Amino acid sequence: MRDVAIVAAGMTRFGELWDASLRDLFAEAATEALKNAKADHLDALFVGNMSAGQFVGQEHLGPLLADELGMAGVAAARVESACASGGVALRSAFIEVASGASDVVLAAGVEKMTDSTEVTEVLATASDQELEAYHGITFPGLYAMIARAHMERWGTTEEDLSWVSVKNHKHGALNPKAQFRSAVSLDDVMRSSPVAEPLRLLHCSPVSDGAAAVLVVPLADAKRYTDRPVRIAASGLATGPMALASRKDIAFLDAVEASARRAYKMAGHGPADINVAEVHDCFAIAEICAIEALGLVERGTGNAAARKGDTALGGRLPVNTSGGLKAKGHPVGATGIAQAIEIFEQLRGEAGARQVADARVGLTQNMGGSGASSVVHIFERV
Amino acid sequence: MPSPRYWREVPARFRLEAVRCRGCGKVVYPARRVCPGCRGTDLEPLALSRSGTVVTSTVIHVAPAEFAMETPYAVAIVETPEGARLMAQVVDCELPEVKPGLKVNLEFRLIRQEGHGGILCYGHKAVPEA
Ligand SMILES: [Zn+2]
Repeated sequence: MRDVAIVAAGMTRFGELWDASLRDLFAEAATEALKNAKADHLDALFVGNMSAGQFVGQEHLGPLLADELGMAGVAAARVESACASGGVALRSAFIEVASGASDVVLAAGVEKMTDSTEVTEVLATASDQELEAYHGITFPGLYAMIARAHMERWGTTEEDLSWVSVKNHKHGALNPKAQFRSAVSLDDVMRSSPVAEPLRLLHCSPVSDGAAAVLVVPLADAKRYTDRPVRIAASGLATGPMALASRKDIAFLDAVEASARRAYKMAGHGPADINVAEVHDCFAIAEICAIEALGLVERGTGNAAARKGDTALGGRLPVNTSGGLKAKGHPVGATGIAQAIEIFEQLRGEAGARQVADARVGLTQNMGGSGASSVVHIFERV
Repeated sequence: MPSPRYWREVPARFRLEAVRCRGCGKVVYPARRVCPGCRGTDLEPLALSRSGTVVTSTVIHVAPAEFAMETPYAVAIVETPEGARLMAQVVDCELPEVKPGLKVNLEFRLIRQEGHGGILCYGHKAVPEA
């Protein structure tokens, strides 16, 4: 396998972007990445997208979006793993380049959610239709069940969940691309309206539009495009049982642990080497479970991390400096690429007010559904 | 969901048909071809008891359109005495009592209506033991 690097990034603002269509969003992010690298061609394009077919009635995004860049002809395909689609698109690009199959690959992610009037129903299609959605469960409902299991097992409280939202909004307020650039108080979170008990509105990531793209090339060629490439040291992908009812421990995300184990092994790093991480906080409980499964904290102690400030900017291990899915926004297919862009900027020292001092190694974790698929990438400053 | 998709699920939804793996003893609901415990394919049919215990739960306040008239409603994962787990709404009770450990019976009920024709779709809901 060849060493692989990200040399450029492009990203739209995340939010309710009424003026922009799916193809507008993609073209803005993709052209920015290509321009930043001064790249004049692509060998391949991977587009992470959960559900354009249901959100806007458009399938077959590979050729549609290649054409949108004036690049009809290149190898292009959509990649889907629910909310982990972006992360899996990045993995596809990584493997495409590492294998020697291609030299210039764009990994992109896009989702146009606000054109749909049935977002709750569409998102629920990432759960088991016959065993779960049939009974009226929603995505917040599935994570609420994980939260209640974590409370039962580890004594986690609603306040612990709320500190995650407070922290991520504080970070998001520093991110010009974030959907919510405002801080919220613990009280705001605790008094927001219930969505699926014990989860309240401010424990949930929003409905968002957005796109993100990174250019992936062999590390040996990287200096042609930038003087500060970021190496992709590892990619780990794993799955777990789809239905919550089929899992050994509902309060633990096995697929996240397995994807991390594979990535740590490939990178030759362990959790202690990570300086900054972007994890999949689609709901506050998800961040707590993710940092436990990634080994960034001891199992059962993820509930205290945000409250104690360990995972805040300036803490022992800053998590979701971008604002996370909660504050930055969660256009589902774009999320995995946007996470990689935050780490890319952190490792290049370009994160401005969100900069983690001397960040050398970063991690992203992006998951699908209620955690049945998870993809972890580890990045190194070159 | 068109009706063939609905009636294919009748054995699992109406009769709670599961399988027990002759290799490792795992009880799997609904019935499958391959045991997720040991990948064995020697599976014997087994009907689940219509009772169980709540493992985890939630109360839905923001629902999909077809359940919107029912909010707030409780949904739980219930473990049967055979060790199988399944998701079901919990009804005929005060919502705050739906917590891990609650003993329930599984009763045959109307779950939803589907499509323009309003096909009535049945299954099981959990009701706390008296
Ligand atoms: Zn078995």
